[in-house]
Amino acid sequence: MSPVVRLLAQRISLGLLLLFFVSVLIFAGTIILPGDVAQAILGQSATPEALANLRRDMGLNDPPLQRYLAWLGGVVQGDLGTSLTSGQDIASTMGSRLENTLFLAFWAALISVPLAIFLGLLAVRFRDRWPDKLISGVTLASISVPEFLIAYVVMFFLGVQFRWLNPTAVGFRPDADVLTKLDAIALPVLVLTLVILAHMMRMTRAAILNVMQSAYIETAELKGLTMFKIIWRHAFPNSIAPVVNVVMLNLAYLVVGVVVIEVVFVYPGMGQYLVDHVSKRDVPVVQACGLVFAAVYIGLNLVADIVSILTNPRLRHPK
Amino acid sequence: MIKTIPMAAAIGLFFTALYFLMAIFAPWIAPYGMAEVVGDVWEPSSGNHLLGTDNIGRDLLTRMIYGGRTTIFIATVATFISFTTGATFGFLAAVMGGWVDQALSRFVDLIMSIPSLIFALVVLSVMPVTIPVLVLVMGFLDSTRVFRLSRAVAADINVMDFVEAAKLRGEGRIWVIFREILPNALSPLVAEMGLRFIFMVLFISTLSFLGLGIQPPAADWGGIVKENADGINYGIGAALYPAVAIATLAISVNLVADWILNRTTSLKGGRG
Amino acid sequence: MKDYLDYLKVSATMGRISRREFMGRAAAVGVTAAAASTMLADAVHAAGPQKGGIMRLGLQGGSTTDSLDPALATNQVALMAIRLWGESLTELGDDGSIQGKVAESFSASADAKTWTFKIREGITFSNGKPVTAEDVVATIERHSDDEAKSGALGLLRDITNVRADGDSVVVELNSANADLPYLLADYHLAIQPGGGKDAPDAAIGTGPYIVKEAEMGVRIVAEKNPDYWGDTGHAAEIELLVINDNTARVAALQSGQVDMIDRVPPRTAGLVERAPNVTVHKTSGPGHYVFIMHCDTAPFADNDVRMALKYGINREEMVDKILHGYGSVGNDTPINASYPLYTEFEQREYDPDKAAFHMKKSGYEGSILLRTSDNSFPGAPDAAALFQQSCAGAGINVEIKREPNDGYWSEVWNAQPFCTSYWGGRPTQDQMFTTAYLSTADWNDTRFHNEKFDQLLLAARAELDTAKRKQMYADMGMLVRNEGGLICPMFNDFLDATTDRVAGWETGVAGFALMNSYAPLRMWVAA
Repeated sequence: MSPVVRLLAQRISLGLLLLFFVSVLIFAGTIILPGDVAQAILGQSATPEALANLRRDMGLNDPPLQRYLAWLGGVVQGDLGTSLTSGQDIASTMGSRLENTLFLAFWAALISVPLAIFLGLLAVRFRDRWPDKLISGVTLASISVPEFLIAYVVMFFLGVQFRWLNPTAVGFRPDADVLTKLDAIALPVLVLTLVILAHMMRMTRAAILNVMQSAYIETAELKGLTMFKIIWRHAFPNSIAPVVNVVMLNLAYLVVGVVVIEVVFVYPGMGQYLVDHVSKRDVPVVQACGLVFAAVYIGLNLVADIVSILTNPRLRHPK
Repeated sequence: MIKTIPMAAAIGLFFTALYFLMAIFAPWIAPYGMAEVVGDVWEPSSGNHLLGTDNIGRDLLTRMIYGGRTTIFIATVATFISFTTGATFGFLAAVMGGWVDQALSRFVDLIMSIPSLIFALVVLSVMPVTIPVLVLVMGFLDSTRVFRLSRAVAADINVMDFVEAAKLRGEGRIWVIFREILPNALSPLVAEMGLRFIFMVLFISTLSFLGLGIQPPAADWGGIVKENADGINYGIGAALYPAVAIATLAISVNLVADWILNRTTSLKGGRG
Repeated sequence: MKDYLDYLKVSATMGRISRREFMGRAAAVGVTAAAASTMLADAVHAAGPQKGGIMRLGLQGGSTTDSLDPALATNQVALMAIRLWGESLTELGDDGSIQGKVAESFSASADAKTWTFKIREGITFSNGKPVTAEDVVATIERHSDDEAKSGALGLLRDITNVRADGDSVVVELNSANADLPYLLADYHLAIQPGGGKDAPDAAIGTGPYIVKEAEMGVRIVAEKNPDYWGDTGHAAEIELLVINDNTARVAALQSGQVDMIDRVPPRTAGLVERAPNVTVHKTSGPGHYVFIMHCDTAPFADNDVRMALKYGINREEMVDKILHGYGSVGNDTPINASYPLYTEFEQREYDPDKAAFHMKKSGYEGSILLRTSDNSFPGAPDAAALFQQSCAGAGINVEIKREPNDGYWSEVWNAQPFCTSYWGGRPTQDQMFTTAYLSTADWNDTRFHNEKFDQLLLAARAELDTAKRKQMYADMGMLVRNEGGLICPMFNDFLDATTDRVAGWETGVAGFALMNSYAPLRMWVAA
């Protein structure tokens, strides 16, 4: 069996085990957090009787272990259950949210990943000259400004002052055609690109520079190859492992961590969905979101590891 | 030595040093008390208030000086914790391989796959929100990211011929990690460290935003941005000063990091 | 020149010239922009409601955890959705009086213990079924019986019996209550077929719109009910969009993505209004931002400590810096001029000397811990910082602890002895006092236990002589002001904004934001 296939099998089974631990940890976490769902739903207008009635109806009086096992039993049979607060089926509501999140993440990644790598290569090519410094300076500035501030600034200038793009994504409807959807999410994609670009670009630059010290690069140079060709054909393939790792971290961020962007641009994605349900202590929904996020992380990490192995012959054929 | 410092690094060093000094000597430099209300809301800059006043009429320059103190201190310590733990365990996992690698890597996967919002809420609602706890939690959460990177880099190096040679020579693991792997893994790590420092600065403000971070009336730079962000769309610059401060800190810290990067690579005898 | 302007107004109203053109031409004959804008608004208004079009609202407060069940509605978006599809027995009139809605008329027995509501004839639910007295009885039952988990349960606790009597509903009370019709105007109590016992979240009612799409926390779309009995509801379709971020909400309005928003941040309201197509509407209301102390917990158990803190707060500064002038100073009672039967008291001012005097008299020398969070009211941590500074002027040391937004209402409010909080107010003084100041109130968040106050409150409910009742409320207000645990520095105005695409805003409507949430039903699409 090739090591990659073996690794794949091993990691997928480990991944499932990991998902189980994640669900236990998240369940325990939501139990530890003060307050419960009944209190959160009724809020300021609740009375003790109404609270007691609601708790009983939701089965909150059962011991936690029993509630967890009931939930786990459902999940194993492919049933994520229903939301305690809205009574809706979790799989279908979360499904559409996840689709939205992936749609936004896809377009942001499609633009930012190639751009980051290209800018990274460019920075190496013109190392220590003005293009390198300009790229570094601009991307660093964009990464270090809090993302909500970038969002407000582009929203104000591009959305309200010049009216080039829609200031918020309220026009986004999942059933619209792709162009309408892209029109609605143009600003969030722009901001997300600015936010993650610097990290990936800098890592590309650093990793390639590291490889550029090697003897074989010198050989290539002496052969008279152009600088770009050396970087692209010789240096870049050998610096893929750290780059892929950072790219995966940022892709995971695009799926899991875009709450602020979603809130600011009013985009109906997973982040807002999770935050709302955490604050309402809607345990089944938090559990389901946790599982999805964990699966995304584990999946992307697996991809990163496999790409690292495939691109390094020494790892591909261990002695 | 001084002569060899390039212009960019000099600028970076200057600003980094300036911010650190301002942080250390804040009470002696700040013109007013940190929480003192001295004027009207969002006054423009004047002789009395160099940067104007903030959203409830406190002197913005004073707020910035004290805010920088909180921000820089927490970010520095948390980054240090994150890198020492993350890189140590990352190298260890790569060199030892086998079950140690599996256990550490899967543990990190576990921590990373729990949404950090839930993680922060749970941990900080159970533990008291004090600065040391804050720093530890931030450093610990962040070290998982460093772990993955350093493990990936080290795994690549670990199969290089010179490492094999060292192992065949009978060198111990510690020797391999510190003498063979660390020098060769330094440049991606240093590049990452500059960025991680900035992520820490932003992470503090996210926590403040959730109500878990710095206690008012103290503030951090990100928090000051947040407090004054309402005005940004109407040409009130109070939010821009702290944002610019974070950006210049970011750029100068990374300029210094780049310079260190160059120096380490040239130390290695490469072509620089 | 007047004729010319009239001609322009008509042209603009009919859509023959654009608003921009109108403003330009009016300016050419020497009319200021503000005057021209008012003129145009008047002209559009005078032309009367136009039918049709889509109206979009950007609202704060919606969450993905919301439900269409009116019993579980807690925020502005859920309330507005109920306004679209449902109606209660009664509703609050523009002047704060109470009038019939699903009930055509109502009357009380002489002792105000038995009330009869006559159901309006010939109205139907949006599913086509006629509204019966049984539906109304079932609705009240669903919100008040032992199984209920409704937000309105507290209001209905005094009801002992509800029955249908032909086309009327008879409600019997445990103790007299002259304000029962006000209680039944509550938005939770929208009349549903069969009381909504079978399908609580079906959103079927007697309102002017029918919900056709609901994605909670994102949008609710409703189209006009062609068979609606009343004369409100002019737009063909209404879209409620949840926009929780302040800056985004304002940006969406300015760019025309929505036609109407609520909760314009006071800090930027003056700047928002500079945009040519936007009007900000300011409505004073009963909502107040407060600091609450538990009257039964040390050190606040000592009235001198409470008085010291009441004198140690600078109310004008709070209104200036937290509300940016969009509000009025409070006077340590929850009641202001927006309530019927209001009596004005002498204004309490910031007085560091008196504050220091009372503090010294109490003998308490430690520091005071004040808990706050960003979501207790907008700008609460800033208000706490201002309070800390003004107290420092009286030598009182206040420490601030910022609590997480998450869990604030369950863990801090009504649990910790001193914290920042917010009250939206109620339509009547009786309801406000009953909700939060009666000894036995569930939400007695100042732990105010005062026998004299309780007696007055119960007596006032049965008192049908307005002058006597007014005096009783004044006495109660004075007790809260001088002995209670409430520090009320300010009443916030409701700040809503509309674009000139919609018309028909009426100022001074009693109740809450957006013309007591009737704005989308009573305004129309003008352009």
